[in-house]
Amino acid sequence: MSFPWAEQYTPKNPVMVWIDEKLPLPRLAYNAVGAGYPVPRNLNYFWNFGVLAGLALMIQIVTGVIMAMHYGANDLVAFSTVEQTMRDVNAGWLMRYAHANGASFFFIVVYLHIFRGLYFGSYKAPREMVWLLGLVIFLLMMATAFMGYVLPWGQMSYWGAKVITGLFGAIPVVGEPIQTWLLGGFAPGNASLNRFFSLHFLLPFVIAGVIILHIWALHIPGSSNPTGVEVKGPQDTVPFHPYYTAKDGFGAGVFLIAFCALLFFAPNFLGHPDNYIEANPLSTPAHIVPEWYFWPFYAILRAFTVDFFFVPAKLLGVLAMFASILLLFFLPWLDTSPVRSGKYRPTFNKFFWILVIDVLILGWLGGAPAEEPFVMMSQVAAAYYFAHFLIILPLISRFEKPLPLPGSITEAVLAKYGKTDGATVAVPAE
Amino acid sequence: MVRIGAFLVGLFFAGWLFISFLIGAVAYVSEPPVPTVEKAFHKLPKHVAYSFDGPLGHYDKQQLQRGFQVFKEVCSACHSLKFVAFRDLEALGYNEAEVKAIAKQWAIKTPSVDPATGEASTREPVPSDYFPKPFANNVAAAAANNNAIPPDLSLMTKARHHGSAYVYSLLTGYQAQPAELLKKFPDAKTPEGLHYNPYFANLNLAMAPPLTADGQVTYGPGQPKPTVDQMAQDVAAFLTWTAEPKLENRHRAGLATLIFLLIATGLAYMSYQNIWADKKKAA
Repeated sequence: MSFPWAEQYTPKNPVMVWIDEKLPLPRLAYNAVGAGYPVPRNLNYFWNFGVLAGLALMIQIVTGVIMAMHYGANDLVAFSTVEQTMRDVNAGWLMRYAHANGASFFFIVVYLHIFRGLYFGSYKAPREMVWLLGLVIFLLMMATAFMGYVLPWGQMSYWGAKVITGLFGAIPVVGEPIQTWLLGGFAPGNASLNRFFSLHFLLPFVIAGVIILHIWALHIPGSSNPTGVEVKGPQDTVPFHPYYTAKDGFGAGVFLIAFCALLFFAPNFLGHPDNYIEANPLSTPAHIVPEWYFWPFYAILRAFTVDFFFVPAKLLGVLAMFASILLLFFLPWLDTSPVRSGKYRPTFNKFFWILVIDVLILGWLGGAPAEEPFVMMSQVAAAYYFAHFLIILPLISRFEKPLPLPGSITEAVLAKYGKTDGATVAVPAE
Repeated sequence: MVRIGAFLVGLFFAGWLFISFLIGAVAYVSEPPVPTVEKAFHKLPKHVAYSFDGPLGHYDKQQLQRGFQVFKEVCSACHSLKFVAFRDLEALGYNEAEVKAIAKQWAIKTPSVDPATGEASTREPVPSDYFPKPFANNVAAAAANNNAIPPDLSLMTKARHHGSAYVYSLLTGYQAQPAELLKKFPDAKTPEGLHYNPYFANLNLAMAPPLTADGQVTYGPGQPKPTVDQMAQDVAAFLTWTAEPKLENRHRAGLATLIFLLIATGLAYMSYQNIWADKKKAA
């Protein structure tokens, strides 16, 4: 794996030599995230978010394991055990708020990571497998977050579980039996809560496993970079450690500042007040909404209001919602442009920013009540979402005339910091 | 093949969404949605300033004690406070003996078992007990309250948008139904047994105005005059504490954490610049 000029692990300490002979784990770490992994020297701050997503997962696992020590997965006590954790467990409030807001921050950094990939064409050959595994992680995250939100057994937990499992009920013939099987009953109850807890504990470790595959697949071609031009020689790369460990250290600091500002000073800002009301199967909340990170998909789900001949609108909405994520798996084969980076693709660039705005609008509409004019707006926004990936993107990659690419990564860096030959002083290019 | 399939799927979803949009738009123009009485007359909570607002906010213990007094003398007749224990009151500035006395003298007794016969009985609460519920169960609560169950108040300020402002506005917001409302929505007359309040989501609630007269609760010497407005503010502050008893710990810990992180991030930035110094200059 990696480039021929990568630094080699040469332990000097006899203990490390001994370990390296028996189990070369330090060597693995050295080659994965140490000096043994050469990385393009021109990465911008958008390349920080992979490491930040890993940090967010660790925060979730640590706070989650502690929360689980105080949680009772039973519909009679779930709500009060969470409250007691907040009130009577040492720093229980901190663990609970960190876990709830940690989920939001995990999604924030993962969304930025995904959009980074979309803009800079990180999904293109030879990194298709990295992209596909990333999408698997994203799906696992969504399942984990959904089940985690059910655990406090508040009103939104209960009704969210009812609505989301109800999506499977839209499948013809077998839908209702599937919904009953998923819930372990006809409505969310103790059986659902127990299985959701079990899976919510399991899936983060599955995510950690897929992350290992994601990084493994990344290390075969090496990291992409903002120019999209492949690494041509040793002058194009720097060792991951200390260069990118230092940069990621700074990125982690900024991430933690933002995270802690919300966690300590507005911990309920991203939550819904109804989830502080204990689940009540007899009282439906006025507006059932999922957590904010599901809003774009929720808007697509609700945008379908008209039956398509014998296909009911609800089923169309469910199919579209799943399709809106599954279509990303086909992206490497939909975008056939040989140029990776959006920087050198003038038409793609414009449509990319339209997509970003479109997804933000979908997010806003997903959180809005299901009434006019929001439904009409979400229909237009959802239509653009599908058209963008399935129609516009393949057409652009066919007809667009890309801008000239820099000859190499080093050339791009030198253009940025000013070229020198020997003694002449650097002149800023911008 | 992939691209042809994608094109067809995209055309179908985008096309059907566009047709749905057109159908919806025609309906929207031909039959515009009728404004509802809730949309027209529901009000957002009034603004109140509290000592616990803002990132460095802290509780005013005197105010919490006054709010507790309002809860004890007014709210607790119908509302439970099941996540709060008597021992928690020490955070309001009461000492151990005072908490013991408050528990002992509490009007509602704690359910218990007669040690001699094993029959259900009650006993005086002790500090480790949670506040006993005023009704044995929901059926009893509904029967005594015109079929409406008074909600538990422990988390009320976190379970509503604009929590403490909402509680304050609701308590001071009771009024006669505006004539304009009845003119515009003749069917929306407040039903018998309900009470009009523009701060309540559907405008009519079962709870009768709990704070009706200035001086309903007698505050101790040196405290502000117990006007309805003052009592509403105080009890809303008390309920903010019951919902978020660790607010002060959170604010203090947050301040220390942010100061630490700002310094650490500054150092991390400098070491990042230092390590990259040779790579950011021209070769």
